[in-house]
Amino acid sequence: MLLLIIFTPIVAALLIMAGAPARRTALLASIFNLCLSLLVLAAFDASSRGFRFVSSFPIFPDWQLNFTVGLDGLSLIMLLLATIVTLASVWFTDKIDNYERAFYACLLFISGGAIGAFASLDLFFFYAFHELALIPTFLLIGIWGSGNRSAAAWKITIYLAIGSFILLLGLILLYQSIPAGARTFDMRALKTAASQIPPDAQRNIYLLLLLGFGVLVALFPFHTWAPEAYASAPAPAAMLHAGVLKKFGLYGLLRLAIPLVPAGAQYWTGLLVVLLLGNITYIGFVTIAQKRLDWMLGYSSVMHMGYIFLGFASANLLGTTGAAVLMFAHGLSIALLFAIAGELRKRTGTLVLEDLGGLGKVMPFAGLAFGLGAFAAIGLPGFANFAAEIMVFFGAFQRGWEMDRFHCFQIATVLGLWGIVISAVYMLRAYRSAFMGPIPDRWKDVVDLRGSLRVPVTLLVAAMLWFGFFPQSFVRLVSPAFRTYFSASQPR
Amino acid sequence: MLLLVTGIGALIHIYSLGYMRDDEGKSRYFAALSLFMFAMLGIVLANNFVMLFIFWELVGFTSYVMIGHWFERAAAADAAKKAFLTNRVGDFGFMLGILMIWMPTGSIIFGDIVPQISKVTVNPGYLAITALLIFCGAAAKSAQFPLHVWLPDAMEGPTPVSALIHAATMVAAGVYMLVRVAFVIQASQDALLVIAWIGTITAAMSALIATQQDDIKRILAYSTLSQLGYMVMAVGLASNEAAMFHLFTHAFFKALLFLGAGCIIVMLHHEQNIWKMGGLARNLPITFLASAVGALALIGCPPFSGFFSKDAILALAYARNTPIFLLALFTALLTAFYVARLFIVVFLGKPRTPVAKSSDEAPFVMTTPLIILAILSAVSGFGFFAQQFLVIPHEKEVVIWVPALALSAVILGIGSAAVLYRNQTSEPFDIELLRQRFYIDEFYGWFIDSTQGLLARLTGFCDRWVIDAGAVRGVSGGTWGFGALLRLIQVGNLQAYSFLFGLGIVLLIYFTIFR
Repeated sequence: MLLLIIFTPIVAALLIMAGAPARRTALLASIFNLCLSLLVLAAFDASSRGFRFVSSFPIFPDWQLNFTVGLDGLSLIMLLLATIVTLASVWFTDKIDNYERAFYACLLFISGGAIGAFASLDLFFFYAFHELALIPTFLLIGIWGSGNRSAAAWKITIYLAIGSFILLLGLILLYQSIPAGARTFDMRALKTAASQIPPDAQRNIYLLLLLGFGVLVALFPFHTWAPEAYASAPAPAAMLHAGVLKKFGLYGLLRLAIPLVPAGAQYWTGLLVVLLLGNITYIGFVTIAQKRLDWMLGYSSVMHMGYIFLGFASANLLGTTGAAVLMFAHGLSIALLFAIAGELRKRTGTLVLEDLGGLGKVMPFAGLAFGLGAFAAIGLPGFANFAAEIMVFFGAFQRGWEMDRFHCFQIATVLGLWGIVISAVYMLRAYRSAFMGPIPDRWKDVVDLRGSLRVPVTLLVAAMLWFGFFPQSFVRLVSPAFRTYFSASQPR
Repeated sequence: MLLLVTGIGALIHIYSLGYMRDDEGKSRYFAALSLFMFAMLGIVLANNFVMLFIFWELVGFTSYVMIGHWFERAAAADAAKKAFLTNRVGDFGFMLGILMIWMPTGSIIFGDIVPQISKVTVNPGYLAITALLIFCGAAAKSAQFPLHVWLPDAMEGPTPVSALIHAATMVAAGVYMLVRVAFVIQASQDALLVIAWIGTITAAMSALIATQQDDIKRILAYSTLSQLGYMVMAVGLASNEAAMFHLFTHAFFKALLFLGAGCIIVMLHHEQNIWKMGGLARNLPITFLASAVGALALIGCPPFSGFFSKDAILALAYARNTPIFLLALFTALLTAFYVARLFIVVFLGKPRTPVAKSSDEAPFVMTTPLIILAILSAVSGFGFFAQQFLVIPHEKEVVIWVPALALSAVILGIGSAAVLYRNQTSEPFDIELLRQRFYIDEFYGWFIDSTQGLLARLTGFCDRWVIDAGAVRGVSGGTWGFGALLRLIQVGNLQAYSFLFGLGIVLLIYFTIFR
């Protein structure tokens, strides 16, 4: 079943290249995939630890290299995120003038690659699937992008390639540091094998992994690729990358770096906190300074990564669970926001905030959708983002707490909370300039989203609300995976 | 409190049927109004900090939606944004306060914190900061100085919304919350003192501003601020009963006054400037009588409800803190003054515009809630009525001259207003400082622009030119340059290659043998 979910988009992409009707095949494949992942969700037994739906095929028995896939609660929610956002982004793809087939195929390849990476239990395929997903991203920006697309495409290509390279170094070092007899690519076995790595090596490995994954997630100061790429990318590509693929780096940190080299994670906590505060405060102010909606959204997505890192850094069950939920929630809300921004660009031809205005009058549905996305992003209760952020704050605040004075994590929490104010500033400002206020004459004839486009919006909003009202359905899935992380060395 | 919210909420829903009859966004309006009721009831019923915070944010959100109901008006859109952001600033403190109370006590449920409170009180500084941070949330929601700026602007929303959200219920939620978490607040004397003074400053300052406003809703908004100041003052003087009593009576008479103003505004085709009204008592008799009851209750005239609740707070201030008492008394005088001014200009004298002359009484759906609220405003101060719902504060020793002083302040206020504003056709005074609301909005605008705006521009510049252009392009430029250097070597010339080959061998020999 899991194999089916991984290969459905890839097979569909190949079929489209071979001549199947592009849009219909892509839509069918992504609907099918979403249904499958919902089935998996229903069949998933949250109470048990370890991985479910495991299947394994030997590739190079000598190296113990197997194609192994399986799911635990964490990968399950990432899978769900990937299938939901894939469907939405495929649905939002509208007439493509040139190479329509290739466009849909690229989207499906990203989807398949991301799903594969989330489901892989084998280090080699974990990495390979991610690379499979990255390449179509470059193509999407370079061929179908807007603005200065080739520069943006080159930038993201080189940037992410360097990030992946650092990551690869980290993974190789990890592999090499394990005593020869215990070496394995299997993530399940790695946990015990990695416990033999001496603390010095752990530090180096964690630093490489943090920087490698960090570049992929736009950790400050390696973030400048993100806003430019998202602004140039066609909306579906931005949705998929910001919503799903970027979460790969976070997923990798959660799956590999934190549990396998805990001493390294402990050692570099200070660095991580400084960098993530860069994401939250510095990028927050940069976001306020943006004058274009797409750049603003790009920066805001970079900023919100800071909260996820804060959850990681808190190194306790509460904060980490919150971070995982936030990965999911942020994916949905940013996808929705990029989708609506893309529609705005299609209809008005501009995303400069000063030129827009009053669009709520002619596009009430788009205004509502963007408003919901914006309020979700700034953490309004009722959306999944709020539930996640509050867990992150509670988790971070408690680390190293003392009554007499505030330490690093308390200060980080205070700044993080202020970041929530900052995010409200830029989101409401953008919303005010785009959708509210008097409507200029030139936008009088802009039309609202048509009936069929309302379906993916509804899907995204429904998911955000469902997990906002029932975050425990999520926590139940995710926390068993993390409980093992913190059982041994729970820092207070 | 629950009955207050549902009771006034129901009346306002009925009233809105009339007020919003011709509005295109009617469905959005009523959806948001119902969502507001949900969230407000959530606040009232919450038994822990996080639930309280969730609904707290939600009422802020509905308030945003309602203020921005006529979003195509720039002023309404800006006011909505301002309201939400100011509340966000307050919530920043509130959330931090929640975290700070949670860590030592290990709980967010009110009932579980109470027995654990000694774990916080061992550190008075920590406790005071915690209490004040929680108060920060209440100050934003109840529009206390210095976070009061959003409430007058919030009057851009439809009038029933102003009555329900921005006068009777939501803004009172801050006071309600303070009373609910009194176990934290009252544990810290320092925090109480700060709270009492903030309430007093708010009360006096906004009463001063109210005397110089021309927009009927803004006058009422500043009056709301001022009355909320009284309630916060009562909280700060450690009397939950007095605060809740005033909240209770204020909800009725202020909702009544807003709805009365709403009738006037609708019947005058959305005219809000009081100098364009006049002589409306003849044309809108029911509105006039009902508003008169509300106004008398607001200024604290004896048989009406406001007298009792305000007297309770004054007596409290008299017993505990003399400077606060004097300022509160002064505020009572100002209240009587601006309310009398409003009344004389709007209802008495001659109509100053044709539309005021030809105005007519509001429809039945709008006047019925007025009448009900007028009755409630009249009687809700009496013990036999109010005791059904809450505990009436009883001062141990009744000081007869507190009410006497209050009454003389009221009479003085009304008298001076009557003398000054009788038969005036335009504002006889022009006190720029009050008209411009002490320039607080201008100061905030400047302050935000010079800190946040500057930081944003600075970081924006830095990100674009230092990190992106400098570091990132520097690395890529460096790579290019290095590549170009290497390319120089690849000249494609056999002699050059053989020369390099020889050089390499020489160097190799040098390093292996001579080092």
